[in-house]
Amino acid sequence: MCIRVKRLFACLLVLLTGLSQSALADEIERWGVNMTQGVTPVSRDIYGLHMDIFWWCVGIGVVVFGVMFYTMIVHRKSQGAKASNFHESTTLEIIWTVVPFLILIVMAIPATNTLLKIYDTEDADMDIIITGYQWKWKYEYLGEDVSFFSNLSTSRDEIENRVPKGPNYLLEVDEPLIIPVKKKVRFLITAADVIHAWWVPELAVKKDAIPGYVNESWTYVDEPGIYRGQCAELCGKDHGFMPIVVKALPQPEYDAWLVAKREQAAALKALTEKTFTFDELYAQGEKVYGTVCVACHQSGGEGVPGVFPAIKASAIATGGMNGHLDMVVNGSSKNPAMQAYGPQLSEVDIASVVTYQRNAFGNNMGDSIQPIDVLKFKQGQ
Amino acid sequence: MAHGPAKGITRWLYTTNHKDIGTMYLWFSFAMFLLGGVFALVIRAELFEPGLQIVEPEFFNQMTTMHGLVMVFGAVMPAFVGLANWMVPMMIGAPDMALPRMNNWSFWILPFAFAMLASTLFMEGGAPNFGWTFYAPLSTTYAPPSVTFFIFAVHIMGASSIMGAINIIATILNMRAPGMTMMKMPLFVWTWLITAYLLIAVMPVLAGVVTMMLMDIHFGTSFFDAAGGGDPVLFQHVFWFFGHPEVYIMILPAFGVVSQIIPTFARKPLFGYASMVYATSSIAFLSFIVWAHHMFTVGMPVAGELFFMYATMLIAVPTGVKVFNWVTTMFKGSMTFETPMLFSIAFVILFTIGGFSGLMLAIAPADFQYHDTYFVVAHFHYVLVPGAIFSITAAVYYWLPKWCGNMYNEVMGKTHFWMAFIGLNLTFFPMHFVGLAGMPRRIPDYALQFADFNMYASVGAFLFGAAQILFLFNVIATIRGGRKATDEVWENPEGLEWTVPSPAPYHTFSTPPDVK
Ligand code: HEC
Ligand SMILES: [Cu+2]
Repeated sequence: MCIRVKRLFACLLVLLTGLSQSALADEIERWGVNMTQGVTPVSRDIYGLHMDIFWWCVGIGVVVFGVMFYTMIVHRKSQGAKASNFHESTTLEIIWTVVPFLILIVMAIPATNTLLKIYDTEDADMDIIITGYQWKWKYEYLGEDVSFFSNLSTSRDEIENRVPKGPNYLLEVDEPLIIPVKKKVRFLITAADVIHAWWVPELAVKKDAIPGYVNESWTYVDEPGIYRGQCAELCGKDHGFMPIVVKALPQPEYDAWLVAKREQAAALKALTEKTFTFDELYAQGEKVYGTVCVACHQSGGEGVPGVFPAIKASAIATGGMNGHLDMVVNGSSKNPAMQAYGPQLSEVDIASVVTYQRNAFGNNMGDSIQPIDVLKFKQGQ
Repeated sequence: MAHGPAKGITRWLYTTNHKDIGTMYLWFSFAMFLLGGVFALVIRAELFEPGLQIVEPEFFNQMTTMHGLVMVFGAVMPAFVGLANWMVPMMIGAPDMALPRMNNWSFWILPFAFAMLASTLFMEGGAPNFGWTFYAPLSTTYAPPSVTFFIFAVHIMGASSIMGAINIIATILNMRAPGMTMMKMPLFVWTWLITAYLLIAVMPVLAGVVTMMLMDIHFGTSFFDAAGGGDPVLFQHVFWFFGHPEVYIMILPAFGVVSQIIPTFARKPLFGYASMVYATSSIAFLSFIVWAHHMFTVGMPVAGELFFMYATMLIAVPTGVKVFNWVTTMFKGSMTFETPMLFSIAFVILFTIGGFSGLMLAIAPADFQYHDTYFVVAHFHYVLVPGAIFSITAAVYYWLPKWCGNMYNEVMGKTHFWMAFIGLNLTFFPMHFVGLAGMPRRIPDYALQFADFNMYASVGAFLFGAAQILFLFNVIATIRGGRKATDEVWENPEGLEWTVPSPAPYHTFSTPPDVK
């Protein structure tokens, strides 16, 4: 905080003394005061439109405010100005109706062209289904048999100011969306609960993710790189904590990633057969709880009174195993905020987090469940 | 039956006098302004630095929601109704409002509506937390239990607004003094007449949409629930069909106020009176066909996007006409800069800046980058704070001497102005920058690159808040004493209100004046 206050004064000093032009330009650059040009043809078009309309506004502003300030300085009573009495001029009024209208037409033409381009989702090279959840994103590569969730990876300690914040604070995830460069990638965007909006400024893609709708959008990234964005539609408590990270890779690296991703999924599946010790389950469960469940049930398992129930001493987490499993696998029938985690988490993760909840926060049930039993529970339904 | 006010509390409870009711509306709205301001300061305090310091995200969302609702429905709208109550009868030479008993009722249900809304803060699960735009299904399936109280509160506010609007229309159409033709009416009366029609047209739509929510929540319907065959986007269409005219409901009377004040202090008649009336009417008309520009990212068909983009851009034309008229009114005048004039000039400049960002937002492709960011927050605060709030403040300074018979303290008034002006710009100008740089709105915590500007915005907000305390102090001091105001108060102002004594007697124009 101290540094920022100092910077404020430094900046004011620069402004006041009009010190050096380039220092000021550097400051402006570093502060980020303008829209990004982005890394796609569409994002550059949009940036161009933005700057055009901005300069039109500046131009009109200079004229209008110029006249205003002139008159405020010259036509004052204290300067002995005598009021004239004119209050009509048809010519003037026609001019200032027609001229703005013409300016609008000049702006509307390129805006229309860009819009048509954005709406042209035909002929895509690949499709990715994006689903917004409270408060994470799911990415499914259509026809590739690859899908995963992407969660915020910034630690609670950073958010609650116990440790210094990293450079990508709140804009980092456990698994980014990987796309190839120089390919037309189509996004099919939807949501599982409330409305979210998928936004990455450098791709100039912002589209609402709406339950029951599948919205289309597309991008064509020309440079490899990491591009960060956030959910843009208020979606509840952790709306500010569901970032988006897109990693654009050259085609060969992207292909290699796809293969590795499939192998990883197969390996995970094999683990379902394995028997884990209590400590392994508990440790893994703590991790899962920390990324998926903590947003609502809180780190001490205390919940948010009246909104999200406590896990600590909860009837279900300290009751029968089947009831607990049912709640986690199928979600709550009464409150949709408690989603069905069966399709979202692996058997290992479900077994772990249930074991964790039954034994953490002083619940001390002493029991545990194996992934294979979770699988049997799912299949038995 | 000429008599003075009754004594004690019953004067206020039973009153049917337009001046008493106007006073109550104004005090009520000021109280709501302070309450909504406190909510805003909680938001700004949390956003002072990155990280969570003061409130939890859950409560933060309640603050943004309550701030918006209280400011829109509790501060701005009742303040303009209060001004209309005080000024419309006096400006058209009428003895009172046309429907005085309904007038009493439309005020007195408001405190109950807001008491109900505020009480949700203390309920289990907290206050409404889904934003003042309350998009379904966040506000239905996923809402806290208090949403039902929110719905009833909105119903009551809507009923109050509709009654107020009916009253204003009936007054203006039926009670004008002989000779006061429509095209002789002061602009404040004109803009309010048009606003009242907007209110009657859209408040029932708001009532409809909250009723559909109520049905979804409690009676098993699925208007907005996709799982039941409903449509969440329908909610947004209905909401913004109300919501867009609503923003003009908050700004048209402001246009009226500055159109009264600028000629007085420029000592020159308003330029282009007739075109002002036509511009206001066309803005009101256009306000009904632009609603979906709030929804450019929902995935409308491209034809819809184009229609709403063009229609929205068109609004710039009549709005520009108004600004040019005000500037030309000042041109070659003989200007002085008393507090009401300072607020009005700031209105013209800053509202124009808000108009510029509005024009930028109208460009649909660019809106994909602006939408739901702080750029939008900057835009609508530039049209609402120096727009609605400054014009209300200007109106209070302008007519207060007429209301209470005393001059306010000019030095304190100017200090208030400069504190508010600097505070406001320090708060909202940097929001353009962080918005363009990618900061979404309605987030309790943000990435590090937005830190500096957010800190300035928070400092500015507290300065702006402090300025309002000065305002309160000045108004109270003026009511209690001060230099006596003349009947005209200002130098040769236009309008019937300046022909009655200061303070205006309890009953004015019991016999209609002659309007030449
Ligand atoms: C979006 C918020 C949210 C998240 C994230 C969430 N839950 Fe829940 N959870 C709820 C709500 C709301 C309920 C209450 C459901 C009801 O009333 O039927 C609940 C209830 C429960 C219960 C029953 C508690 C009781 O005794 O009533 C358990 C067990 C549970 N959740 C486990 C989990 C697990 C495990 C995770 C992570 C994998 C998780 N929850 C993530 C919102 C959430
Ligand atoms: Cu979201």
